[in-house]
Amino acid sequence: MKVNGEQVVCDTPMSVTQLIESRGLNSRRVAVELNGSIVPRAQRETTMLKDSDTVEIVSFVQGG
Amino acid sequence: MTSPISATGAGASAAPAQQVANPPFIPSATPEQDAARARMFAQLDGLDVRRLVSEKEVRDALLERHGAATQAKLDAASVAICGCGGLGSTVAIALARIGVGHMHLIDFDVVDMTNLNRQQYSVWHVGQPKPVALRQVIASINPYLDVRIDCTKVTDDNVRDLLAGDAIVAECFDVPENKTFLVNAVLENFPDKPLVSASGMAGYCSSNLISTRRVARNFYFCGDGETAPKPGAGLMAPRVGVVAAHEANMITRIILGEDDA
Repeated sequence: MKVNGEQVVCDTPMSVTQLIESRGLNSRRVAVELNGSIVPRAQRETTMLKDSDTVEIVSFVQGG
Repeated sequence: MTSPISATGAGASAAPAQQVANPPFIPSATPEQDAARARMFAQLDGLDVRRLVSEKEVRDALLERHGAATQAKLDAASVAICGCGGLGSTVAIALARIGVGHMHLIDFDVVDMTNLNRQQYSVWHVGQPKPVALRQVIASINPYLDVRIDCTKVTDDNVRDLLAGDAIVAECFDVPENKTFLVNAVLENFPDKPLVSASGMAGYCSSNLISTRRVARNFYFCGDGETAPKPGAGLMAPRVGVVAAHEANMITRIILGEDDA
């Protein structure tokens, strides 16, 4: 699958939550778009990723 | 006045400033100064700017600059400004100047002295709720705009009602968890509303690292994406302003029918 423009291989089935954790990201500081649509926060755990998926993880830092 | 840390005297004073924690701000206004600020605010709030300028004159001036077709779209636009700090106050004022007809200012916070390094407020706004203060600033530019305010925190419980009437949402919060919450909540609840967000704007790195990106159909992201404040390189008006201007221009583009970043 493609994550933030980079091709990545995932051997085992992976949920959106697991993808966030595997990248060392704080789940309360990211929004995840799957194939152009937001993955609702309540569905991250149950949304499984496929090899054909395109994922965008947008992270937020302090400042405004 | 000579600064104790002189740019010309190298040596000991050239220690890397970013390693030293910033000193805390301790308010030192006298009660008289606090009272004078409040009086000034009340005086300005009591001023009916509409007595100083007619709607016709405001409109004629905007039409001379923007043309009737463009101005008609700006007149009809409605934008929620979520967070009225360095980003939100700057975005709101830019949109007010071009005559965006309907604005909804949302913030739970009050103006603080430490906000004045980047937020579009004056000394007499210190202590006032930010939406109230920003509404006053906007009225001094164009008193004929429809400005709605909510001095409240956006939550999962109120987000649907709060933003239902706004066509475009500007994410202008400061705390990363709040920014993230709003982006997720808007994309989940209002997939058809354009959302313009921002992250990565601290310090004084190059302006050229800042961009506007269209992440998804209705999700735009402005900023350098990574620069958080640190001692010696906090949130400062110039670079926060660059990002705010990116947000404001993206919103303007959306209003005028240009969907690409």
